[in-house]
Amino acid sequence: MQPDSDQPLLRMRGVGKSFFGVRVLDDVDLDLHPGQVHALVGENGAGKSTLMKIASGVYQPDSGSLELSGRPVTLPDPRAAQTAGIGIIHQEFNLLPERTVAENVFLGREPMRRGLVDRRAMQARTAELLAGIGEAAIAPQTRVGRLSVAQQQVVEIVKALALDARVLIMDEPTASLAEHEVELLYALVRRLQQRGIGILYVSHRLTEVFDLSGRITVLKDGRRVTTLDTAEATADTLVRHMVGRELSHYFPERAVPGSAGASRLQLSAAGNGRLRPVDLELRSGEVLGVGGLQGSGRSALARAVFGIDGFRTGQLLLDGVPVRVRSPRQAVRAGIAYVTEDRKGEGLVLSQSVLDNALLAQRAVNPRWFARNARTTTVRELLDAVEVHAAGTDQEIRYLSGGNQQKVILARWLAMKPRVLLFDEPTRGIDVGAKAAIHDLIRKLAADGAAVLMISSELPELIGMSDRIVVMRDGAIAGELPAGSSEEAVMSLATGAATSTEAPE
Amino acid sequence: MSTDTLRTRLRLPQLDATNGVWPALALALIVGGSLVAIDGGSLFTESSMISLLQRAAGLGIVAVGQTIAILAGSLDLSVAYVISLTSLVAAETMAGSDGMVLPAILAVLAVSAAIGLLNGLLITKLRINAFIATLGVGLLVKGYLEQGYAGPAGSVPTSFQHLGYDRVGPVPLSFLLFAAVAAAVWFTLRSTRYGHHLIATGGDLDVARLSGVRTDRVLIRTHVICSLCAGIAGLYLASRLGAGAPRVGAEGGYDLESIAAVVLGGTVLAGGRGGVTGTVGGVLLLAVIDGVFNQLEVDSFFKQMVRGVVIVAAVAVYALRLRRTSDRRKAAVA
Repeated sequence: MQPDSDQPLLRMRGVGKSFFGVRVLDDVDLDLHPGQVHALVGENGAGKSTLMKIASGVYQPDSGSLELSGRPVTLPDPRAAQTAGIGIIHQEFNLLPERTVAENVFLGREPMRRGLVDRRAMQARTAELLAGIGEAAIAPQTRVGRLSVAQQQVVEIVKALALDARVLIMDEPTASLAEHEVELLYALVRRLQQRGIGILYVSHRLTEVFDLSGRITVLKDGRRVTTLDTAEATADTLVRHMVGRELSHYFPERAVPGSAGASRLQLSAAGNGRLRPVDLELRSGEVLGVGGLQGSGRSALARAVFGIDGFRTGQLLLDGVPVRVRSPRQAVRAGIAYVTEDRKGEGLVLSQSVLDNALLAQRAVNPRWFARNARTTTVRELLDAVEVHAAGTDQEIRYLSGGNQQKVILARWLAMKPRVLLFDEPTRGIDVGAKAAIHDLIRKLAADGAAVLMISSELPELIGMSDRIVVMRDGAIAGELPAGSSEEAVMSLATGAATSTEAPE
Repeated sequence: MSTDTLRTRLRLPQLDATNGVWPALALALIVGGSLVAIDGGSLFTESSMISLLQRAAGLGIVAVGQTIAILAGSLDLSVAYVISLTSLVAAETMAGSDGMVLPAILAVLAVSAAIGLLNGLLITKLRINAFIATLGVGLLVKGYLEQGYAGPAGSVPTSFQHLGYDRVGPVPLSFLLFAAVAAAVWFTLRSTRYGHHLIATGGDLDVARLSGVRTDRVLIRTHVICSLCAGIAGLYLASRLGAGAPRVGAEGGYDLESIAAVVLGGTVLAGGRGGVTGTVGGVLLLAVIDGVFNQLEVDSFFKQMVRGVVIVAAVAVYALRLRRTSDRRKAAVA
């Protein structure tokens, strides 16, 4: 790649955009060359999604210009962007699960023959496109709902390619993928690159940015901080550009070794359909990290403790007392809180206010009408304490950033004064600044005497936060590691490279 | 979540929801047939089969229209009143004269298309919920009928009554009409752009729109076709009755009954999944249950209860199956 020797596919110059007088993008320049992966990084609210939406025709810029292969263009709507050759792969896929791959790829532009949809041509062309990017294993007549998430993403990409997209915008493409699927995506991105397609790659995950991109643009507060070649960048410099802070004090101090208190939660030989009998102890004051690959039973463990898919065998002790948790309601009443992995799907009522969301658990479990004023006051205080940034507690929660939404969920559970907190990917899709705040809160909860179980796929987070790490594999605990273990140690347990329950080394 | 064990444990026969109605129909024929036989009659005589098919025809034509409305993520509650109105339009325009048959048919199609257009416009342009919009339009028509008519009006010439009473071999002409309407709609869904766009619109309005589908047009067209189906059913009923009847649609319960047939046929109420073949099965199933009870001379309240149980049970089975597949999907994601 010689980024500056050829003409850029997409050139944005001085792009600005305001909403209701608030400047969200200011004078941003960006060049995307054929065959280049250009990463766009920045905290939530830095303006990445606005920039993406301008490039894909959803928003119109207030100022500045767009050029495609040297020709100035305006993109009045998403259709115009599509026909101009700009495709976008959203985090949430725009696919119909009930229809076939071919029907999805050609939706809205079905090939016609004598006035009717030419199904055979549609399937043949879909097969061609799939083969063209080395994904011939997906059959055009399969229903999309039966494909894995990774395959659905491929279909989404093919849908863009069917429109001869030369510019592909990918918004957090790995957010919904399992680890082994990420490798496949890498390979796909590289094949697209070879075909001369320019890729604007938006991601929170710096590893991916370094693995894939040739150039990186950092946005902060709606402005372009810098654009640099990936080869010249380091994780530290990127984070500093993004937040103005070094990577090193990323995680709060761990608990003093040996300071963990009494046993809060104890599982003995507890199992169900998805979990082989698990023995586990969780003490007051500690953060127990749970690592493992996707599908290793980590979420199943949290869901079982919380009574969603409860344990069928074995015993669960809460503060030394045997308890049967058959429903989330019983779990909440017993003092267990669960911050789910799927924030929008399972954690929030998106169309309700910040306050309603924060009060959800209390209202459900203690529906005492006469206590509602006191309750509201407490929750408002908690929302302040966790530093939720919202226009007000009446604002619909869907308009908050991921980090703020997560803080509201935290406030909800704090109001219940839980003894045991279960976090499933607590900082997924949350920007760097808010991440640190969530980490601080988790650590503070433990310090105040709660027992915390934290599931995380991000190894730096898992290692940086945990006082002990339990690694799961195939629905069972593969082993336990002390604080500060290496990423290699976690991965070798998770993948089965090391099988002992002792820490390797 | 341990996906693989879960998936293998929950592996179900790969029945599409639309197929479920056929085993149910076979079961109803076997059980119903035996019950009638025990009672000393027979369900499978020519005359009882003919009346069964005739019963299916009227409801069937309406239900085919209802199917596409539901597939598109909408619903039409005005069909019952459209049937009554069009039966009157037909009978009064014909007024017993052979020469007026064609103009009457055209008038019926025009009136029903106009009502469908109104439904569609209310839903897409004023963004009124389909349930409320079509209910409102239905009540509007009902008011007009109640104010203008006390009982049957108009008359249909004998030539037009052939539609209601003639047979081709053992099959009533009306049933062939139903079959033709169903086949036409089936083909439309399968092989036209409009059909593909309709299912996409019902599956996910935003996805369809972002893919360049003009969803408003699709919905309006769908409501026009749905209303046209009700108009055709009105023509059929007029030929059966020999006159127009202001309450025939509502008394026949064509609105809820057609929705029941669609749902029995495996089309999901939320739209985007299902099809016409299932609806044909659902219509036949309801007709068989009806036929069996008529032969057994069962109390009509009991009959209603059994129908209720069948519908609820069917939807429960579909819901269960859907939940299992979506669990499987979720497991695949996690």
